[in-house]
Amino acid sequence: MEHYLSLFIRAVFIENMALAFFLGMCTFIAISKKVETAIGLGIAVVVVQTLVVPLNNLVYHTFLADGALAWAGLPDVDLSFIGLLSFIGIIAATVQILEMLLDKYVPSLYNALGVFLPLITVNCAIMGGVLFMVERDYTFGESVVYGLGSGFSWGLAIALLAAIREKLKYSDVPEGLQGLGITFITIGLMSLGFMSFSGVQL
Amino acid sequence: MAKLTPKEVLLNPLFNNNPIALQILGICSALAVTTNLNTALVMSVALTLVTAFSNLFVSLIRAQIPSSIRMIVQVVIIASLVIVVDQTLKAFAYSLSKQLSVFVGLIITNCIVMGRAEGFAMQNPPFLSFLDGLGNGLGYSLVLIAVGVVRELFGAGKLFGITILQPVTEGGWYQPNGLLLLPPSAFFLIGLLIWGLREWKREQVEHTQFKMAPQVRKEAF
Repeated sequence: MEHYLSLFIRAVFIENMALAFFLGMCTFIAISKKVETAIGLGIAVVVVQTLVVPLNNLVYHTFLADGALAWAGLPDVDLSFIGLLSFIGIIAATVQILEMLLDKYVPSLYNALGVFLPLITVNCAIMGGVLFMVERDYTFGESVVYGLGSGFSWGLAIALLAAIREKLKYSDVPEGLQGLGITFITIGLMSLGFMSFSGVQL
Repeated sequence: MAKLTPKEVLLNPLFNNNPIALQILGICSALAVTTNLNTALVMSVALTLVTAFSNLFVSLIRAQIPSSIRMIVQVVIIASLVIVVDQTLKAFAYSLSKQLSVFVGLIITNCIVMGRAEGFAMQNPPFLSFLDGLGNGLGYSLVLIAVGVVRELFGAGKLFGITILQPVTEGGWYQPNGLLLLPPSAFFLIGLLIWGLREWKREQVEHTQFKMAPQVRKEAF
C-alpha cells in the first residue's frame, strides 16, 4: 500500500506530466484561459488516463512484449515494434467509446466534457503516460495508480495555470509578450516551483 | 485561399507562421529534448521527415479518405512513419534513442504533424503538401536548435559534447549556469524567443482583452 501511495505522490508532484516532462503542452496552453473549462478538461484527462494506462498495460503484457505470446504457443515472437500503433489505436478507441457511453447514459457529464474528449486523443500527456508505463515496466496495479496520478498531475497543473492566467488578463504586459509569450514565462515559473519537490525522497 | 507558390509554402513557416511561436503546435517535445544539441538535432530531423512524408501520403490519398474516419487514417499513417523512425534510431544510434526515450514515440501525438495533415494536406496537392510539411518541420527545427544551442552552450559550456567554454570545475574560467539544464529554463527561453520574434514581426502581436485605464492623478482640491 505504501509503495502505491509513494508512486502516486511521485507521479503528481515530482514527475508532474505538464511541468516536469512538458507533455500535453499544446492543449495545456490553448485551453487554459478559463478556470472552468480547464477543470473540465483536467477531469476528462484524469478519467481517460486512468482507463487507458492499465488497458495498454494489459495489452502490452498479453500480446506485444517479448515472449508474451507464449500462451498462444509462440514464445519467440516479439511484437513490441508495433506497440506505438496499437497504443494510439487503443487510446483513440477508448476515447470514442467513452464519448458514446457518456452520451447515452450520462448526458449531463457528456455536455460538460463532450468538447474536450476528441482533443484528448492527440494529447501527448496520455500517450506519454502510456509510453512511460512501458518503459518503466510497471505491473498492472502500479499502472492503475500511475495512470490516476499522472492524469491528476496534469489536471492540477492546468487548473493552476488557468487561475493565474485569469488574473493575468488585467496586468500590463509588454506588447510583444502578450498572450503566448507571458504564458510561457508563467509556466516556467510554475515549473520552477514544482522543481522544489524534486528533492523529496520517497 | 489565394494560390500559394511553392516557395511561400516552404518558407512561410520559418518566421511568418512559425509552428511553435505562432500556431502553438508541437511544444511538448520542443522543451524536453533541448538540453543538448545532439538530441535536439536528431529530434528535428525525425520530426521534419515524419511531417513531410505524412503530409505527402495523406495528400496522395486525400480524395479516397471518407471524412468520418479521416483522423484514424491520418493517425495510422503517422504512427507507421514514426515506427520506421523509431526502429531506425534503435538500429543505428541506440544510445541516442535511449536519451530521447519516449519522445520519439510522442511524435505521433505531436500536434504539428496532425495539424498540418488535417489543415493543409487534406486540401492541397501532394507536392505542395510535401513542401509544407518540410517547411513546418524546418520552422520547428529552427526553434529547437536555437534553444538547444543556448541551453547546451551556457548550461554546460559545450556544443555537441565538445567543450567550448572551459568550465570552472575543469580548471577553466566559465561558471556554468545550471538552471539552463533544468526544465523551467526552456519555457523562459521560448517565451523570450517569442517576444523577440514578435518585436520583429509586429503583426503577430496578440491584443489584450482589457486595456489599462490611464492613471489619473488626483489634484489637490
